[in-house]
Amino acid sequence: MEVGFCEWAVDSLLGRLSFLVLAIASLVPLPASAQGRGGGPPPSAQASAPIDLTGYWVAVVNEDWRYRMVTPPKGDYRGVPITKEALQVVNAWDPAADEKAGEQCKSYGAGAVMRLPARLHVTWQDDNTMKLEVDAGTQTRLFRFTPAAAASGPPTWQGDSTAQWERAGGRGGPPAGGSLTVVTKNMRPGYLRKNGVPYSADATVTEYFDVSASPGGDMFVVTTVVDDPRYLLQPFIVSSHFKKEADGSKWDPTPCSARW
Amino acid sequence: MGSHAMFGQMVTLRRAGLAALVLIVLAPCAFAQFEIVGSWAARNNEDISRDSYPVDYVGLPLNDEGRTRALAYNESQLAMIERQCEGWPQFYFIQGPFGLRIWSDNDPIKGQAISYTIGAWEDRAPMTIWMDGRPEPSKYAEHTRGGYTIGRWEGNTLVARTTHMKAGFLRKNGPPSSDQAVMTSRFYRHGDIMTVLAVVEDPIYLAEPHIISKSFQLTAAPISPIGPPCVSTFEGRPPGESVPHFVPEKNPFVDELTKMFGLPRDVVLGRRETLYPEYRKTIKDTFVTQPACTRNCGAAPAR
Repeated sequence: MEVGFCEWAVDSLLGRLSFLVLAIASLVPLPASAQGRGGGPPPSAQASAPIDLTGYWVAVVNEDWRYRMVTPPKGDYRGVPITKEALQVVNAWDPAADEKAGEQCKSYGAGAVMRLPARLHVTWQDDNTMKLEVDAGTQTRLFRFTPAAAASGPPTWQGDSTAQWERAGGRGGPPAGGSLTVVTKNMRPGYLRKNGVPYSADATVTEYFDVSASPGGDMFVVTTVVDDPRYLLQPFIVSSHFKKEADGSKWDPTPCSARW
Repeated sequence: MGSHAMFGQMVTLRRAGLAALVLIVLAPCAFAQFEIVGSWAARNNEDISRDSYPVDYVGLPLNDEGRTRALAYNESQLAMIERQCEGWPQFYFIQGPFGLRIWSDNDPIKGQAISYTIGAWEDRAPMTIWMDGRPEPSKYAEHTRGGYTIGRWEGNTLVARTTHMKAGFLRKNGPPSSDQAVMTSRFYRHGDIMTVLAVVEDPIYLAEPHIISKSFQLTAAPISPIGPPCVSTFEGRPPGESVPHFVPEKNPFVDELTKMFGLPRDVVLGRRETLYPEYRKTIKDTFVTQPACTRNCGAAPAR
């Protein structure tokens, strides 16, 4: 919304044109987004989405390359505010032991999955559940907009995610976009980085998805906040960006690996 | 009901209607923006501007010209008295390790922001984001270290476009930026976290737009903007000496990161194809994870 419009609106509405403005207003139908309050069910999450995340996306690894694209050396946890207890886990990292225990997906859990060098495929599983698939590690995340649907079962790598749209504008204004907030709990303990920098089962992952039409094409940036009272001294915050791709021709599912 | 009472009800209804209409029409103005003013602490959980290694262009999409310029750079240039106070271009406000102090200048009557200013650091000029709808200057207008930035709100996102920067560096270790570089920054706020996504386009030195993102956290502790002015001093290079540089193929640091971390030279030199997931396939069979980290492995845990 341009500032000029706001100035105009203030002047007009608070000036001497109130009768005319009211008359016009009575003729303007309410937008669809405002309906459903008095009667009928509210629109589904898909129908009321203020941004479009669906499609294929590719991670562009401009940052933290040597922590994301290759397996960093054991004991390297630069930038992660870990606790002393976590440091013991870091120094005990043993990928062979993870493989033996069938836990080679520990670095593909919700705490780290958006940091992977990967492609994403985002679709709607149903009207109120967004599905985000990741080709690296062949992971699937479900973002449920109906809180009751995210009831906890046994912990999983991707945990239970509740989602909510954050809207800009609204209240009858022109579409002004918005963002997606996802909160994930009930995860299996995992790694923030491939080399065993841990997060625990007590961790909560909060993510904010923002879409933009940027030079070079559509993008989104996801800000990931990992809170972990056991292994982190303070929240671990990273932002990862993705570019939209025209199709899934480069989609390349691969299994989890504890070493690569 | 008497006519006087009915008239009163009509007036009340009309006022209520007017108030509702004001809310409807002005909602995008009032709710489509966020408060950006304040002190924002840097959360350096991801890359900060690499200045530890002379040749580290990892994650950059340099073209051949950019790479050649970068490899010619010698950090001893910073000892030249005429270059000590050059400072870094505005990309550094995201890549650098420091927090941001942001304030606004407002219309004295209506209170609207005329501009936002991201305070300077000692080696980066302040960034003033003009919000009053003024046009971008002519392409022939003066280029400065801080450049010229105009902003607008897109929904709840502040979009700032910075142009007219002097030629400088994308990072502190020499990858260049030209005076034609343009940076488009998007500021997103979620609670007390603000994420900045910047896309840098440079037709001279980049093979594709370079993307940077970083998150800051609102803090009650005030962050003071510092510097300029910068004061030059003699650091061993008399004025008029030649500019320190490396001639082509003679940069002695070109393999330093390869030796330290096993990174392929294409990665170290910032080739665009190294930024995408499929690049991993090309190095999967040859990459060797380095021995356990023994120094600069991370901050010692406080508890």
